[in-house]
Amino acid sequence: MASSPQPIEKQVRELITATKLCELGRIARDARLRIITNSHKTQTPHLGSCLSCVDILVAAYFHCLRIDPANPRDPERDRFILSKGHGAAALFQILAMRGFYPESMLATYGQDGSLFAEHPPSPDYLPGIEAATGSLGHGLPIGLGMALSARIQNRNYNVVALLSDGECNEGSIWEAAMMAAARRVGNLVAVVDYNKWQATDRSREVMGDASLVGKWHAFGWESCEIDGHDMAALVDVLGERRSNEGQPVAVVAHTVKGKGVSFMEDDNNWHYKIPSEEDLVSVRRELGVES
Amino acid sequence: MRNAFADEVTKLGAEDDRVVLLTGDIGNRLFDRFKENKRERFFNCGVAEANMMGVAAGMAMSGLRPIVYTITPFTTTRCYEQIRVDACYHDVPVIIVGTGSGLSYADLGPTHHSCEDLAIMRVLPNMTVLAPADEVELRQCLRAAIELDGPVYMRIGKKGEKVTPKATDEFQIGRSITVAEGTDVCLISTGTVLPMVMEAVTMLADAGISARVESFHTVKPLDEGTLADVFTRFRLVAVIEEHSRLGGLGGSIAEWLARQNGKAGRMISFGTDDVFLHEIGTQNYARGRLGLTAENVARGVREAVG
Repeated sequence: MASSPQPIEKQVRELITATKLCELGRIARDARLRIITNSHKTQTPHLGSCLSCVDILVAAYFHCLRIDPANPRDPERDRFILSKGHGAAALFQILAMRGFYPESMLATYGQDGSLFAEHPPSPDYLPGIEAATGSLGHGLPIGLGMALSARIQNRNYNVVALLSDGECNEGSIWEAAMMAAARRVGNLVAVVDYNKWQATDRSREVMGDASLVGKWHAFGWESCEIDGHDMAALVDVLGERRSNEGQPVAVVAHTVKGKGVSFMEDDNNWHYKIPSEEDLVSVRRELGVES
Repeated sequence: MRNAFADEVTKLGAEDDRVVLLTGDIGNRLFDRFKENKRERFFNCGVAEANMMGVAAGMAMSGLRPIVYTITPFTTTRCYEQIRVDACYHDVPVIIVGTGSGLSYADLGPTHHSCEDLAIMRVLPNMTVLAPADEVELRQCLRAAIELDGPVYMRIGKKGEKVTPKATDEFQIGRSITVAEGTDVCLISTGTVLPMVMEAVTMLADAGISARVESFHTVKPLDEGTLADVFTRFRLVAVIEEHSRLGGLGGSIAEWLARQNGKAGRMISFGTDDVFLHEIGTQNYARGRLGLTAENVARGVREAVG
């Protein structure tokens, strides 16, 4: 039987973890600044939806996913699908920061002929993209197909699909949920960016407030709720290697739409609104970045 | 035809490890042999077709060759969004098989008819559209479809479709098969109406009209070579399909004709009327109600040639 870790080893581990988490927090802050600046520069909306999932994306791409930007089509790679495709403005920054393509490519963002706008393009057109989402309800079934493929081909990778709470209105999500649980697709993880808003109203006003985590649990998923802005919690839940056989996992991540900027938080105007120059000054101040 | 499909897909599955079969809770016992051989590559996805199509696309994106099978409306109109976005926009190799197409399920009412599937499938970029006439063409189509790297839609019959003998078993997607030679008119048939068309040929012969017959197993891409040939050679071309006259093969050929800048060519088309058929009956009854009979085709052609 292994002896319990010596105090000094435990301290070192905790120190490494704390350093790592600090680093991830810094990356998230940088990502937020880039996303907001880009929204202003290119007049791209969906800022609220992008900011609520930054921490999830950073935890995934900078720590948890087994991916290699130099080998974006490695058959053994983990797959991350931005099922809430309107969060693409966040994904584009993070993929660039992670090295999937040169930063310089983002210079064309929002221009005629660009690949970069509001939704991810087809994977054939941009490395790092797993599915051309933008129409809700597609990413989870596609992810389920990818997860099942691992079992069929004797591979071992995780598939993470990031959904929005509004997206859980779509029937196809629940079709996928049923099948994934019935087939015990243990390497499939659904993360719901639960920011409590959809395009035109609070989620509970549109489709009621029956428990979201309760729904996933009832469908047979191993379900949990976390603070979607707690990097330690995200790293913990997303970092686990999953077996191809087992219960699929649903992580209901409680988030704040517009997280990171006080005047954007939980204000659904920022679903569509574009930040002004003045807004940018306030943003830089709040994020603690030099002008 | 569905038995032939089950047989051929079982053979394909044994030969090619990438083949995966997904069904929408249909085909009781039909795929027992496939399941015996390749249990882990068979998925009854339940009565949830939108998810099934998304899952198939995800598998195709991962290097597998999924084949999706259910009754035609459920693998077309039901999950059209997924076909369009997950399969066609991503341009991935999903083979979509609609069984009991056209009026095959005439006894089940319009919810189970499919007289618009060719129209909606051929209008999707990257889609190949196939309509084999019989089990021989079906097997050829399926094998050829597996060789393609993009989405394929194939509509098949149900059962009891007569096999029309062909002079050759050469097969190529996009290249029609000449089933009968003739000199006066050309009949272009797609899908399982071919035996009916061959009966019309006999009736026309009795009336002194010699008809060539082309089996267009491929609706998209259109065999423009054959079209250019027959529209030049024959004073009338008739297109026959178990599909609405709006937008199917007839529609596609009319579009092609319009692009020929007024050069030669006269066509008439036979297909279903722009209605839902509320009365049930056999497939032959339904075809009779909607003008898809040998007598009607022969009469229509005779009147058109004058």
